[in-house]
Amino acid sequence: MRTVWIVFVKEIIDNLRDRRTLASALIMGPVFGPLLFAFVINLSIEKSLEDVERTLELPVIGEANAPNLLRYLASRNIDAIDGPEDREAAIDAVTTGAHDIVLVIPERFGDELADTIPARVELVSDQANTDADREARRVRTALYAYNQELAGIRLSARGVNPMLLRPINIDEIDVSTASGRSAILLGMMSYFFIFATLMGGMYLAIDATAGERERGSLEPLLSLPVTRDQLILGKIAATCLYMALSLCLSLSSFYVAIRFLPLEQLGMTPNFGPAVVFATFLLFAPFILLGAALMTLVASFTKSYREAQTWLSVVLVAPTLPILIVSILTLRPKLEFMFIPSLSQHLLLVDMVKNEPVNSLHVLISVLSTLFFGALLTLICARLYRREGLLG
Amino acid sequence: MIRVEGIHKSFGKVRAVRGVSFDAPDGKITGLLGPNGAGKSTTLRVLYTVLKPDSGSASIDGIDVVGDSLRARQRMGALPHGSGLYPHLTARENVAYFARLCGLDKAEVDDRVDDIVRLLEIEDFADRRSKGFSQGQRTKVSLARALVHDPQNVLLDEPSNGLDVMATRSLRHLILKLKDSGRCVLFSSHVMQEVAALCDDICIIAKGQVAIDDSIDGIRERTGSEDLEEAFVRAIQLVGDE
Repeated sequence: MRTVWIVFVKEIIDNLRDRRTLASALIMGPVFGPLLFAFVINLSIEKSLEDVERTLELPVIGEANAPNLLRYLASRNIDAIDGPEDREAAIDAVTTGAHDIVLVIPERFGDELADTIPARVELVSDQANTDADREARRVRTALYAYNQELAGIRLSARGVNPMLLRPINIDEIDVSTASGRSAILLGMMSYFFIFATLMGGMYLAIDATAGERERGSLEPLLSLPVTRDQLILGKIAATCLYMALSLCLSLSSFYVAIRFLPLEQLGMTPNFGPAVVFATFLLFAPFILLGAALMTLVASFTKSYREAQTWLSVVLVAPTLPILIVSILTLRPKLEFMFIPSLSQHLLLVDMVKNEPVNSLHVLISVLSTLFFGALLTLICARLYRREGLLG
Repeated sequence: MIRVEGIHKSFGKVRAVRGVSFDAPDGKITGLLGPNGAGKSTTLRVLYTVLKPDSGSASIDGIDVVGDSLRARQRMGALPHGSGLYPHLTARENVAYFARLCGLDKAEVDDRVDDIVRLLEIEDFADRRSKGFSQGQRTKVSLARALVHDPQNVLLDEPSNGLDVMATRSLRHLILKLKDSGRCVLFSSHVMQEVAALCDDICIIAKGQVAIDDSIDGIRERTGSEDLEEAFVRAIQLVGDE
């Protein structure tokens, strides 16, 4: 135990003095995460706000043919601008992306309207282009509304109640809570926490194996009257401490950052108070051991510092995979998922942030299984550290 | 006292050591001499227990290096080839770290580190971080690190590599001092003159086998050559390819 402690303290001091590495490990994760997060959130806020408020400029062919229609569109914040010369040019422009949508109003429009023949307009858009689709939908909705309005006027003029045209009145009731909506975006948080946690210990994990070998300090160390188990345990313990520190920093920086993000504008009220922050730390803590052992294990297979860095950047991405798959398939928390490290933490964090009840059995399984995998990997690490091949 | 008995060690198809045996008694300096790639380092690595021999045995003060490697390591100080330091620790901290790992308590560590720093004349840079040390400074600190727990057996793998004249001289003085205090010193080199100037016994290794294991005079006699360099060359030719 004393030996483990000596190694632990030495690694802490050694890493603490390596200012540049320390800065990149402890600043990259905790600061980059919230920054990127804020950027994404702001972008999505801007996007959703601009959809409603921004004036949509709609290229129109044949503006003169339907002045009333255009006035109506203008009242719904859709301004007509001069479109391409003809229908072919319009299709061309949309295909090449010069315009997102073009409205074509044929010359007969006014006559058809007057003769109560269904008057034809054409809306050219590329449905595969999601951005254009949103604009097209806005124009389409406005056109339908104009259609309804005209129909109502015609019926009234003939003494018929326009309400006949509305046998059904649809009222949509959205039951998603404000916290629930925020979970979609805040689900990204779990990955940032895992990323920051791993980053915090990455350099130490490399240093303990590949670095020490490359420097030539490994052989003298191994010729000392201490067991290799003691050495590797001390190194993993030091790695864990830095990872815990990095996790703390990134939790706090998120706690602060979330207060500055205009989340209410998106109808979000994430449940991320001090109690949840603390709970999140405890929830992710078992992952620290797993990550430290995993990184040490991977680094001990490599021949050099550079190679270790390359492989560990793969390790940094690995925990995202289960999170990504679950997000794409929008799976709900299930008992089986709680056995998978990183995924279980992600699902439980999402529940907490959504302010939904957290299943304590799920928490127990998540903690125990993550600790189990961590201990297993630590054991494998210690075994590998006993190999002769360690010397390279 | 170090005893090596018929050790073999292969790395895949390369048979690095093929039955090396020799004794290195206390109070004497034993040189392990041989051309590059002869198996000197592999032999020493078996002795300081980072490699296990495929067959044969070796012991330090009668303690088997495989069976009881922890106790064997307690009784020796090793300077592996190309030893590196922790660049963010000072020279003194590098030495103290090893001292503590050797089981010395805090008060002992300070005393011993002070002693060894004085002995190896590294006071000038003892409190500087070892990043940017010259090769000579690094070797001195590595040596201090290996000797800090006052081991009975000292194993040095090409200690004079990259040292200038002055540093080599002080290294030689140190090795003689260790001998005079009754230590067992085993060091490897590929430089004939260096070994001849220091060693009581020389074990010439070539192609993983012992060519000659004798005193300097014995080697001269057996090879029939007064000139040591010539004797070295002839000894190496004694070893067949199998």
